[in-house]
Amino acid sequence: MSSSGARAAPKKGENYELRADLNSEYRDKRKDAIKRVIANMTVGKDVSGLFPDVLKNMQTEDLEQKKLVYLYLMNYAKTQPELVILAVNTFVRDSDDANPLIRALSIRTMACLRAEKIIDYLSPPLQKALVDEHPYVRKTAAICVAKLYDLKPELAIDNGFIDTLKEMVGDANPMVVANAVTALMDIHITSQNMLESGAETPEGVAKVTWQINSAILNKLLIALNECSEWGRVAILTQLGRYKAVDERESEHICERVVPQLQHANGSVVLAAVKVIMIHMKHISSERADLEKQLIRKMAPPLVTLVSSAPEVQWVALRNINLLLQKRDDLLQNEMRVFFCKYNDPPYVKVEKLAIMVRLAGENNVDTFLSELREYASEVDVDFVRRSIKAIGQCAIKIESSAERCVGVLMDLINTRVSYVVQEAVVVMKDIFRKYPSTYEGVIPTLCANLEELDEPEAKASLIWIIGEYAEKIDNAEELLGIFVDSFTEDAYLVQLQTLTAVVKLFLKRPDRSQPILQRVLDLATKCDSPDVRDRAYIYWRLLSTDTSAARAVVMAHRPAISLPRTTVSPAVLEELISDIGSLASVYHKPAETFVGKGRMGAESMKKSILEDEVQAREAAIQKVAAGQVAENLLDFDDAPAVEGVAPSGIAAAVASTPGVSKVLTSSNPLDDLVSIFGAGGTAAAASSGGNDLAGLGGIVSPVSTAPPPGQGLAGLDMFGGASLPAAAAPTPAKPPATQPQDDLLGLF
Amino acid sequence: MISGFFIFNQKGEVLITRLYRTDIKRSISEVFRIHVVSSADVRSPIVTLGSTSFLHVRHNNIYVLAITKNNANAALIFEFLYRFISISRSYFGKLDEESVKNNFVLIYELIDEILDFGYPQTSEIDTLKAYITTEAARSEVTDIGESSKLTTQMTGAVSWRRGDIKYKKNEAFVDVVENVNLLMSAKGTVLRADVDGQILMRAYLSGMPECKFGLNDKLVLDKAERAADNAVRLDDCQFHQCVQLGAWGSDRTISFIPPDGEFELMKYRSTSDVHLPLRVHPTVTEIGTTQVQYSITVKAGFNSKLSATNIVLRIPTPLNATMASCKTASGKAKYVPAENVIVWKIPRIQGGSEATLTAAADLAATTTRQAWARPPIDVDFQVLMFTASGLLVRFLKVYEKSGYHSVKWVRYLTRASGTYQIRF
Repeated sequence: MSSSGARAAPKKGENYELRADLNSEYRDKRKDAIKRVIANMTVGKDVSGLFPDVLKNMQTEDLEQKKLVYLYLMNYAKTQPELVILAVNTFVRDSDDANPLIRALSIRTMACLRAEKIIDYLSPPLQKALVDEHPYVRKTAAICVAKLYDLKPELAIDNGFIDTLKEMVGDANPMVVANAVTALMDIHITSQNMLESGAETPEGVAKVTWQINSAILNKLLIALNECSEWGRVAILTQLGRYKAVDERESEHICERVVPQLQHANGSVVLAAVKVIMIHMKHISSERADLEKQLIRKMAPPLVTLVSSAPEVQWVALRNINLLLQKRDDLLQNEMRVFFCKYNDPPYVKVEKLAIMVRLAGENNVDTFLSELREYASEVDVDFVRRSIKAIGQCAIKIESSAERCVGVLMDLINTRVSYVVQEAVVVMKDIFRKYPSTYEGVIPTLCANLEELDEPEAKASLIWIIGEYAEKIDNAEELLGIFVDSFTEDAYLVQLQTLTAVVKLFLKRPDRSQPILQRVLDLATKCDSPDVRDRAYIYWRLLSTDTSAARAVVMAHRPAISLPRTTVSPAVLEELISDIGSLASVYHKPAETFVGKGRMGAESMKKSILEDEVQAREAAIQKVAAGQVAENLLDFDDAPAVEGVAPSGIAAAVASTPGVSKVLTSSNPLDDLVSIFGAGGTAAAASSGGNDLAGLGGIVSPVSTAPPPGQGLAGLDMFGGASLPAAAAPTPAKPPATQPQDDLLGLF
Repeated sequence: MISGFFIFNQKGEVLITRLYRTDIKRSISEVFRIHVVSSADVRSPIVTLGSTSFLHVRHNNIYVLAITKNNANAALIFEFLYRFISISRSYFGKLDEESVKNNFVLIYELIDEILDFGYPQTSEIDTLKAYITTEAARSEVTDIGESSKLTTQMTGAVSWRRGDIKYKKNEAFVDVVENVNLLMSAKGTVLRADVDGQILMRAYLSGMPECKFGLNDKLVLDKAERAADNAVRLDDCQFHQCVQLGAWGSDRTISFIPPDGEFELMKYRSTSDVHLPLRVHPTVTEIGTTQVQYSITVKAGFNSKLSATNIVLRIPTPLNATMASCKTASGKAKYVPAENVIVWKIPRIQGGSEATLTAAADLAATTTRQAWARPPIDVDFQVLMFTASGLLVRFLKVYEKSGYHSVKWVRYLTRASGTYQIRF
């Protein structure tokens, strides 16, 4: 057989055989060879050498064979730009074929070849296809414009394709409308990206921007009821972007979109929910009944999504979590459907749990608690821990249930399963924090499990409890002595707590605890950690100069804790609600944080966070003026508890503020914060606590040296409360970790 | 939107690759292989690395994956992946590694048609089947008139139906299939009982028939002020795209022009007054640390003319069980050590009757103090001509301009599979 083509043909091997078959005189043999070529291509073998031989088979009556050759061309056109030109003729001829399937196929493939040479030949056939008599060709051509724009924007603009596309939104055929909308949306996104990377000028972008007006709106609303499910999603997305001219129009849009909630496709349902949520805001206050009705109609379809395939279910659950933050009346009385099934995937269970905590109220807390107890005996350690955390959240959220929650926790502690006990101790500490001096009766049970604890957080929690109630625990010296003995081996978190607890003990019972205090101060001042050392020195000096000052510092009144209603700031929540169904809404993070946008993205983010902080600061100042003590101070501490999708630690906390991108966090967020609060911060940073959060606290506190401690707290609150509500699941605050702040702040 | 579509086998080898956009390269498949296929702990169906998001669905022994670089519509992508799976299943029976390898040409043809530049296009199985064909059933679409008709259908307002369908005998079969979700506490209280229903239809009707479908929907019957003691309250309904959603929204009538052949007309959900077909009464006692004794009774609560079939109870045993002996008069029970369950299969239980199993599992001594987690007992079954929700089809009217007579058949089936759980 001939060895055409640029490369020297190998004389044997698979490609040699394939070449022979591709040039066979028998049709079947040739077709079979093409299939084998495609198979090789799929597994990643290089079959680009066969380009000319495959190309010869392009002219055929057999549609399947044609498609295969086209598939091959799409893959290798880039590697053989000179040879692709040979295919142009066939493409152009096909684009005139009497069969609409072939016309569409040729134009679709041509736009996918992405070879410069071909693109120049694409314009005339595309021009024809856009006004083809057959809708199938037109709808394919619409998408081709987006492909062309992606490759050569000026070509798409100069040939007037974009304008044609805008006209096509008024097409009589709903599929064509949907694809024209899709293409315009795609072009919009591409042009924005190009603008950011500098490849396109604002004028160029202006040429392709597409504004929906009332006339187009009506066309879209009509097409919505007739086109395919995917087309509906595209149209609904556009409806979400549309700004209604008046209240009447908002109402109209909502009413027209409501039937879509009954669609079998979950993505249509979510897209419809999105549009309703966006436009519902603008409905006039006189139509409160309509708003209520809309909320009522959205609930059942959302619940139905919970019984779909696990992945769809998960996306729905993440979105429901967001929606509940915006409208807590959305799914009242629906808690049962969120009960976890034993065989649910772990990611679904975790999300259901978070939603149930949101839905928990006085009326259903009993069922919820017995469910949680059930979950706490499951095998998945992570899920068990989260369930126990949820018990604590319940206690903090619903005051009347606190006693029952404590009862359940005690039962769990009695199971003596190590991780259950440890998590329960951590949760108990939060309950003590919320309801001081209420449940002292359980302290002996907690102390009895001292040896079970090996995790720093659990240890630190128990030590905090002992320190806090030292006067009521007879053998407090003995218990703390155990921790002092192991002081050098413990984590810094535990060391800090031990130190503070011993000082508290000393202040409460100075007569008996002098020796242990001396021991712990000796140990702590020799510690490797500057935080532990510094704190020990501060205590030492305080105690040796003025015990009453020490008392004021160490035993200062602590603000109450509460569950944050939202896990993201209101501005971000608003943004995410208008992005329902998207990845951003699944991650509960603005798109900029995970979609690469280069420097521009990072800078705009920086700007928005600065604005946000200015607002937060004002709020904080007002709070101080009102003489309020910060309430959400400790929410801040939640961030490290975040697992799974959110980045851990401080990055998560910062990323959850309106638009701090990863880019920003990597360039040290602390610097930004410092700059806001003036240079004074750095000096104190050294004396900050053992973890990042304490570090932040340290930076903030010095600013408020002059006024009483309250301002320092409020200063912290501007992050904790206003701009940084905890990143993920609303775990209650953890006093021990942040408590050092309270103590430290008293100093100034 | 979707930048690339991949299918992987369990080893992480690529079976299908189709790139739709230039923002990703083929080599990205390696990233997925490393971070998902070979990773033991994947806690989310979406993985985002850098700015690339991988959305995957596991099906049998393959991974179906879509990759995107922007803030794409995650709900749409998962719906699409599941649609791909159902299309593939209707084309070659089941979707697994073997069938993908055997049908890769067909799959390429399909994904080229249903996804263009990363945006889903036509995904109606019937329409696709008309022009993307398998070796076995080849219809020549090279005929221009034929393909023109086809493309008109694909893009038309009734994209799911051709206009020229003819049957000698006009028939429509309606299957009401209900999946019961039950979660019962150890004390025997129902924590959750609801029904996910599907109405499947097989329509073999000529021409362009307009159908009207009526259920004993409480809202409709109440409005008509008819005495409706057996009416059902439907919490939510989701319809096939052939159903006119506007009409449902205004007066809850279900009217549609059906696709030809089999399709899912609607899904519904009902949570009130669910009749539980089977009641399970477990008594499980732990005798010290050496043995667990079971006594399980299953009662069929429905009419004695009906019967439940293919009943399978999966009764968990402690992880340290060494062997279990089972005794029962109905069906067969067997201890499956690999899954730590006793599987009790009963071919049939007549309505009103009951079956009992007694079993004892011997435990090996262990050092762990941890109590046994007691996973719930899971029951699978099906009951023909019974609906747990009480739903009934009141009528199915077919109007066609030729005015032919049509025959309709209705079947009911209630079943559970992995969703009927009893704690003990």
